[in-house]
Amino acid sequence: MPPLTGPKSGDALFASVDRVNAELFTLTYGAMVRQLLTDLEEVEEVNKQLDQMGYNIGTRLVDEFLAKSNVSRCVDFKETADVIAKLGFKMFLGVTATVTNWDAEGTSCSFVLEDNPLVDFVELPDICQGLQYCNVLSGVIRGALEMVSMKTEVTWVRDMLRGDDAYEMRVKLTKQVPEEYPYKDDD
Amino acid sequence: MRRKQQAAAREGGDWCRRRARRLELKPRGVGEIDRGAIMAQQGGDTNDSLRLASLWHSMHAISQQLSPTPGCEGIDLLQAHNFDLHCFQSLTGTKFFAVCETGAQNIEVLLKVIYELYTDFVLKNPFYEMEMPIRCELFDLNLVQVLQKDRVALLGR
Repeated sequence: MPPLTGPKSGDALFASVDRVNAELFTLTYGAMVRQLLTDLEEVEEVNKQLDQMGYNIGTRLVDEFLAKSNVSRCVDFKETADVIAKLGFKMFLGVTATVTNWDAEGTSCSFVLEDNPLVDFVELPDICQGLQYCNVLSGVIRGALEMVSMKTEVTWVRDMLRGDDAYEMRVKLTKQVPEEYPYKDDD
Repeated sequence: MRRKQQAAAREGGDWCRRRARRLELKPRGVGEIDRGAIMAQQGGDTNDSLRLASLWHSMHAISQQLSPTPGCEGIDLLQAHNFDLHCFQSLTGTKFFAVCETGAQNIEVLLKVIYELYTDFVLKNPFYEMEMPIRCELFDLNLVQVLQKDRVALLGR
């Protein structure tokens, strides 16, 4: 049985998990978005559905991340954001994000992705202009953080498919919800 | 009074089913892990397991309130006369606990390995509903393999 070790680095984490062909991943995601557009027809509905799918993924993914990366409890939201950007994104997408634009209270920040494997080869046509193609990522972050007692709101600020120079998502911590005590005091 | 307790236990069970998974390792004879005990948890004994798990979840939560110093995260080890109960809590609040013989070594490491198995074979199964009892064959198979492979390391014999 291997001895208990400290937290792994992003590269070590990425090397230790099974990897899949990046094109397969990109094409699968693209097929999924395409099918959602055909089924739901409305771009807003597709955005919502992608977010919901991401949320479901995030609630399960967080346990795998915690098990494999061996990180300890973060002291504040700044540390959480760093862990997500350096370890989380690296482990699952193979890219690191940078954390910028902290607000005064330290509850809101931006993740900037220069490189995004979901959108290789993708160009948005004119009829899909409102589509948040990578909305699944915002759902994943929201779902994952909710499982560790943080309620967040995640929105896209910059999107390269719409002509911006990078992908930027804004994560705002709205509430810390610690686990509730199972007994009501008046019982 | 008894009915109220039972109702509370049932309600606690429904709520606590969310957070506890039970594993039982009962070494038998010359250090062989009792596969029967593990299999029994998936068979007709589910209600007993759930009841026990819900009890444990409640005790774990109460212990955080009982602690004289702040920052208590719960119970790690319960030592009784003829068994030890080791518990591991993930940062998401899911608890894994193992009942084993007194003085068993490296159970914390085992629980971490089981946590990894859980994330791989249970959470990644799209047909597994979150917070329901685990009925995933791959998880059971791999769990038994881990226990048998490390039986010597765990029990020292």
